[in-house]
This record gives sequence, structure tokens and C-alpha cells, in this order.
Amino acid sequence: MSTAVQSGPSRINARTVGMTLYLLFLLVPIYWLLNMSLKTNEEILSTFSLWPQHLTFANYMVIFTDPSWYSGYINSMIYVGLNTVISIAVALPAAYAFSRYRFLGDSHLFFWLLTNRMAPPAVFALPFFQLYSSVGLFDTHIAVALAHCLFNVPLAVWILEGFMSGVPKEIDETAYIDGYSFPKFFIRIFTPLIASGIGVAAFFCFMFSWVELLLARTLTSVDAKPISAAMTRTVSASGMDWGVLAAAGILTIVPGALVIYFVRNYIAKGFALGRV
Amino acid sequence: MAKITLSNLAHAYRPNPQSRSDFALKQMDHVWDDGGAYALLGPSGCGKTTLLNIISGLLIPSQGKVLFGEVDVTRLPTEQRNIAQVFQFPVVYDTMTVYDNLAFPLRNRGTEAHLVDARVRDIARMLGMTDVLGKKAQGLTADAKQKISLGRGMVREDVSAILFDEPLTVIDPHMKWELRTQLKALHREFGHTMIYVTHDQTEALTFADKVVVMYDGEVVQMGTPADLFERPAHTFVGYFIGSPGMNVLPAKIDGASAYIEGCQIPLSRHYSGLETAKTVEIGCRPEFLTLTDRPDGLPVQVRRVEDVGRLKIVRADFFGREVNIIAPEGASISDRQNRVVFDPARINVYADSWIVEGKAA
Amino acid sequence: MEKTFNNKAWFMVLPVVLLVAFSAVVPLMTVVNYSVQDTFGNNQFFWAGLQWFEEVLTSERLHDALIRQFIFSAVILALEIPLGIAVSLCIPKRGVWSSFCLVLMALPLLIPWNVVGTIWQIFGRVDIGLLGATMAALGIDYNYTQNAAHAWITIVVMDVWHWTSLVALLCFAGLQSIPDAYYQAAKIDGAGRWKIFRYIELPKMNRVLLIAVLLRFMDSFMIYTEPFVVTGGGPGNSTTLLSIDLVKIALGQFDLGPAAAFSIIYFLIILLLSWVFYTVMTNYGKGEGR
Repeated sequence: MSTAVQSGPSRINARTVGMTLYLLFLLVPIYWLLNMSLKTNEEILSTFSLWPQHLTFANYMVIFTDPSWYSGYINSMIYVGLNTVISIAVALPAAYAFSRYRFLGDSHLFFWLLTNRMAPPAVFALPFFQLYSSVGLFDTHIAVALAHCLFNVPLAVWILEGFMSGVPKEIDETAYIDGYSFPKFFIRIFTPLIASGIGVAAFFCFMFSWVELLLARTLTSVDAKPISAAMTRTVSASGMDWGVLAAAGILTIVPGALVIYFVRNYIAKGFALGRV
Repeated sequence: MAKITLSNLAHAYRPNPQSRSDFALKQMDHVWDDGGAYALLGPSGCGKTTLLNIISGLLIPSQGKVLFGEVDVTRLPTEQRNIAQVFQFPVVYDTMTVYDNLAFPLRNRGTEAHLVDARVRDIARMLGMTDVLGKKAQGLTADAKQKISLGRGMVREDVSAILFDEPLTVIDPHMKWELRTQLKALHREFGHTMIYVTHDQTEALTFADKVVVMYDGEVVQMGTPADLFERPAHTFVGYFIGSPGMNVLPAKIDGASAYIEGCQIPLSRHYSGLETAKTVEIGCRPEFLTLTDRPDGLPVQVRRVEDVGRLKIVRADFFGREVNIIAPEGASISDRQNRVVFDPARINVYADSWIVEGKAA
Repeated sequence: MEKTFNNKAWFMVLPVVLLVAFSAVVPLMTVVNYSVQDTFGNNQFFWAGLQWFEEVLTSERLHDALIRQFIFSAVILALEIPLGIAVSLCIPKRGVWSSFCLVLMALPLLIPWNVVGTIWQIFGRVDIGLLGATMAALGIDYNYTQNAAHAWITIVVMDVWHWTSLVALLCFAGLQSIPDAYYQAAKIDGAGRWKIFRYIELPKMNRVLLIAVLLRFMDSFMIYTEPFVVTGGGPGNSTTLLSIDLVKIALGQFDLGPAAAFSIIYFLIILLLSWVFYTVMTNYGKGEGR
């Protein structure tokens, strides 16, 4: 029975104040970026104001009209999407195997997978560059997507395994007794049961692929250049183009914010990797 | 320790309740004696947990008052009510030892160390946990943990009441009996007022001096186990208590006789004024029905006989309704036995589901 | 859960193994290959033995970067873990506000790392940033590009800003798994706020805190992009952490041998820590009987 546990008004206030302060701390730097993105460069450099005096969307227009800017977004979206699909597709059967069976070398394999989550991208940057160049994948979306699998696949396996272990094994057995074949069972019965787990795993794959820059930048030059890498060249003839830089930054936050909104109810459980 | 008075109490989860059905707990007035062992018995959703939460202070009732002794505690928070509670699943402080768990409520109230120690050892001895006092609570079995949470309630000498919210749900069947016996012994020794919520009639009947049967948000009967068995105040009590439950059959009553499909059944008392009731029924426990071949009985057809060890349950067809008859273990049941006899002294009459008192004939 | 032994399960794991082998093992072999060879250019390599390892292990540059790295990770943990716990206790337990807070809190986690760097680079500038301007208005001579201490404070605050939410969300997940009955029992037992935290909330957060500590340790140990964007490793080498140094050697100077040897040492440190992570976690799970 859900009932509100009464607590003193003083504690509610302390909590609310704490939360508000923390959220302010998080949001003020983002607000500042937003503020700058809506100003002209002259205003940014000449006057110091907490909100735009002369509201302008010119910076955003630059990004939406210049292919070298907006193609960066498209590139990022493509490789992030590819990576998420690949990671989930290969992680699903593997996570099922780890959650349901013991097999030769299972724990070693699991550990080895996890070590890849711990591998510093800086270590892999150069060898990746050489590997993908030698197989002719350099500057393609698939190269970045595959490279990001390095840390996303182990993570996806880990999260999915956590969620799958929460599904009683009796469900599998009942389905087999009812005459389901394995693929049919997996798609029709099992997948819907761990839908929230798949959502969380996809969210994490999206997140880590979206925020990563080092590998993405190393493996691309023109055709698959991510938006975040495009941001490193905003020096124009008249110095730094702060307004456009800020606008590009704000636009990189938007997809993340949208994705969080969709998984908001699973965030907490997902961050605990389905293991709470 | 204190008696508990529920005065004019009712609760609805939604604001501004209109009809009777909006109330999760319908208006009630009860006084529960100091030192009594009460069981709140009823099916899921009958309002017993709501009532418990009101007594424990988790819920403030929409109307009425709760008094502990003479003190109105209706709006007091849990911690100021001086009660103890044992929950459905064991609530123990995992990182503490058993000793520290038991000492926790006393230490929080600033009791002196030597008094704490004496009391904790006392309780531990009573619970049979002296040898695990130094162990971490984490690794213990569910029943040991449940004993600890019971012990945390008992350790305070001044608690007004100890509340139990289906405390044996997660306990292994063979341990249930032992815990219940221990609980009973502790009640005799300390005389705390105990309120025990359960949906299991065996638990309720063996534990309590007084059983409070709840159905659809109201207390339908409060009485000793014998009362509930012999004179269920409501047909629901008849169904719910006993295995199988009471046979309830629609009947016409005329004076000291009941008529079912034109067959007369003699009653031991005289009834009148039942004409206004929408439904009139008679109830008789299977224990007081006899299967016979005597011609004075009423016609039945035996459908099935279940042998449950010490006795046999006969499922029979009586004018298209199922009636249960309990026959002793050794009784042989033959095809010729197609009559049933009711014990007149054990027949209760119900008007609109509530019992009707008859006048001595 | 009782698991059945079945080696056919390998077929289900195979795609993962192949994929990770392609993206992890092959590059790693390249690194090992480079670490024991030398070149005079033109793709002419010859055996160099453990020369690079000796060079890297004895170089003061690596030692300094390693020390900076450990200090950085320690400071990050010391700040983010307690702060994350405190924040998690402030999150509303349920309802619309709970979701609202969670969404806002998760926001920094989804910002590309170089944008995080850019945000703080701008935010801290005296001429156009709110933080820098505020500092200047308060009479503090704040300049993260010149002053090593200021640079450190900036990247630490940035990391706290970026990652505390992760710790808080993990702890919140732990807190949510505590049934209401525990809080009620504590009230009945007369426990105060501190005791509720100490004996109910903290023990239940144990598992997730372990994940939080180790994830934060790993990720702060591998941090590259954010401080690189803000300080570029400077002023001087004061904020040159391990990854920044490695990228400088490998992609900046193209010293393949030392960079590869550096990578292997770096990776071994991480591997050792991963092993500790894994062992502690699995043993902890067993201790709880799950």
C-alpha cells in the first residue's frame, strides 16, 4: 500500500534546497552556452550580459545552411545509430548465453569482455587508425561504429545480462514445453520481457558513442567527420567564432536530452546496470 | 501498555468520499483490551492493512479517532505512538550484530548501557538466540531475522502494542508452527497487546484470544475462535472460517421451522419479522450435518467423497446446490445413504447475510 | 539461478567474440608489435627488444604523468562520491519531480566530451565567461591558462560537474530498492536521520557504490578529451594526464615505439585495476548469497 511517509517540513526544505543548488550548478554552464549561442560575436566580445540583448538565431542559421556543419550532425547520427544496432544485435544472444548457461571458459570470457570497457581509447587510437586504413575503412561511418563497439558491446552484454538474470528461467522452459522453437521464443516472448533492459542498453550505447570524440576524430577526415570534431575548427578570419561554436554545442546536447526523456523511468535502474 | 479504542473510525483513500463503496474502511467503533491478543483476519483487499496502518500511524484516517489508553494518537506520527511492528518480510539492520539489532531501539532512546544489556540478554534468551548474539544479522535465515524484528519490538518494556503484518509469509512451513508457539508463549509472559494481521485462518485461530474478521472494509465479527465457529455473525465468516466452510442455503422461515424447496427443517428457536429481508438463508457447518438412510432426513445425492485423514468430506447435491457433510473417519458411505439430517441446535438463520437471533421456542 | 552446462552457448557468444577480437585484439597486437621494434622510416622495422619499455619506465615524463593521474583520480573520487551520495538523498523519491530531476541530472552525461570541455573553457574565460567574469569581479586573479592551480581547479570542477550525476543516479537506484518498511521500522525504533543513513541507506547502497567508485576510477584514469580541450595539458605540463601524454607521443611526435610501450604499460595498469574491480564485485555478490 503506497502511502506518503510524513516528514518534517524542515527536512523537505533542506532536500529541496540541496537539489535546487545542485541543478543550478549543472544548468548554469549550459545556460551560459545557450546565452552565447543567441548573441552575435560583437555582443559576446563587447558587452557582458546575463541574457542576449539582441536576440539572434544567425548562429544556428550558419549551422543549418553550411554543409560542413550539418553534415557533421548527420555523420554522428549515422555512426551512433549503426553502433547501437550492432552492439545490441550481437550482445543479445551473448547476454542470453551468459545469463542462462555455463560453458567452457565463460567467466574468463566475461572478464575479458569487461576489460575492453576499461581500455583507454588513447591506447587504441593509433592502432585503430592503422587497422582501418589497411582494410580501406578509414573515414567511413562503419569504422567509427565498429571502433565504438570496443567499449559498447561489453557494456551492452553486461547490462542485458543483468536484466535477463531477473527473468525466471521457468519462462524459457514453459515456452519450450509449449512448443516454441528457440528463435520464436526469443523474439516473441523473451525480447518483450526485457524490453526495458534493451532500452537501457541502447541508451548507454547511444550515450557513449555520442560523447566519444578521440576515436571518432582519429578514424575520420572528411566524409564521416563527427559534429564534435567539426567544432574544433571555428577560427575564422576575424578570430574565434564564439557564437557559432556555442550554437553547435547546444545542438549536440539536444539529441541526448531527447533520448533521456524517453528512458527517464529506467535511468536509475539502468545506471545500476540492471543489478539492483 | 494500553487498551486501544477505535472511535467512529473510517477511511477513504480518495478525498470527498460520496458513497459507502468509496470507503476502504467503513465506520467502526471498537475497544480492544489491554494485553489482548487480537488477530485481524480477512481476504486480500478487505481493509485489514488499512486498519493496521491507521493504528501504526502510517495513515491518518479520514474520520474518527484512535486512542491508546486515554491518549488521542490519531494524528501522532509513528515514532511518538510507542508501538512496535513486525513486517511481512524481515526488517533487520544487516550490518549490525544480532545484539546491536536488539539493543538499537533502547540505545536510540538513551537507555543506560547496563539496563540495555540486561534486557537484550533477557529477550535473546526468550527467543532462543543467545548463541547467535555476536553474529551479523545479514547471514541469518528468514525465521531468525523475523525473530530479531520481533525481539526489537519486545525489548522496550513500555510499548503500547505490537503489530504484526502477516509476519509468517516468508517463513518455511515447518518453522511457522514453532514461531507461532513461541509468539504465544511470549504473549503469556509479557502480556503485550498484540495485533496480528493475516489472511490465514489457522494462524489467526491459534494465535488470538479474539479474532476480528474483516470483509469489504468492515469488521463483520469480533469474537473468540469458538464464537466464529459456532455462531458466525455473517455468512462470510461462515464461509471463510472452517474447512470446508459453512453450508449456506436459501430458505423460508416460519416460526421454528425452515423450508427448503418445500421440505421442512426443524429449528431450535423461534424466528419472526423476517418478511422485510431480501434474502433469508440458513447456515449449518458440515460438522453438524449427518448423512444417513433414515427416512426423516432430506434427500441428497452423494457426488464425491474426499478422505482427508481423520475425517471424510462428503460433497453432495441438495436440490441442485452443493452441500458439504463431514463424516467420521471410520464411517462407511453407501449408496443407500441418500438422506441428510441437520442438527437443529446448530442451525443459524441469516437475513441479508447477517445473523438473526431467535427466541427460545 | 541454477545454470545448465552447455557448450553450444558458445555459438551465441561467438558474434561478440569475433567483433571484440576484431576491434580489440588486432589493434592490441599492433601495439605489441611496435613496442618491441624500431624504425628509421620507410616501413623498415627491426627488433628493439625491451628497449622502449626501459626508456618509458625510467622516463621522468611518465612518472610525472602517472603521479598527476593518480592525484587527479583520487581527488575526483574524494569529491564525487560523497557529493553524489548527498545529491542522491535529495532526489524526490517518486512522482513527476523525481523524473524531472533525473532527466536534468543526466543531461551533462550526454554532452559530447569535447563540448563539455568547450563549455567550461568558455565558462571560465575572464572576458566572455560567467565564472571567469564573476571571479574577476570578486577580485580574484583567476586564469586557468596561466596558473597551474587554477587549471587544476577548473578541470576538477568540470569533472565534478560532468560525472557527479552518475554517482548520484547509481546511489538513487540503490536507495529505491529499500522498501518503505525499513524506514518505518527505523522510526518505530526511534532512529534519527543519521542512523537511518548509516544503518539502512548506506548498507543498501554498498553494491552500487562499489560500481560507482570503480567506474569513476576507471573513467577518470582514462580521461582525455575534456581536460585537453580546456587546458591542452598546460600550463606547462601541469595538467598533462596519462592519456594526454600518450596521444602527444603517439600522434603528435609519432614516436611509435615509446608510444606503444607506454600503451602497454598503461593498459596493464588498467587491466590490474579491472581485475581488482571484477574480483571485488563477484566476491561481494557471493557474500550476499546471491
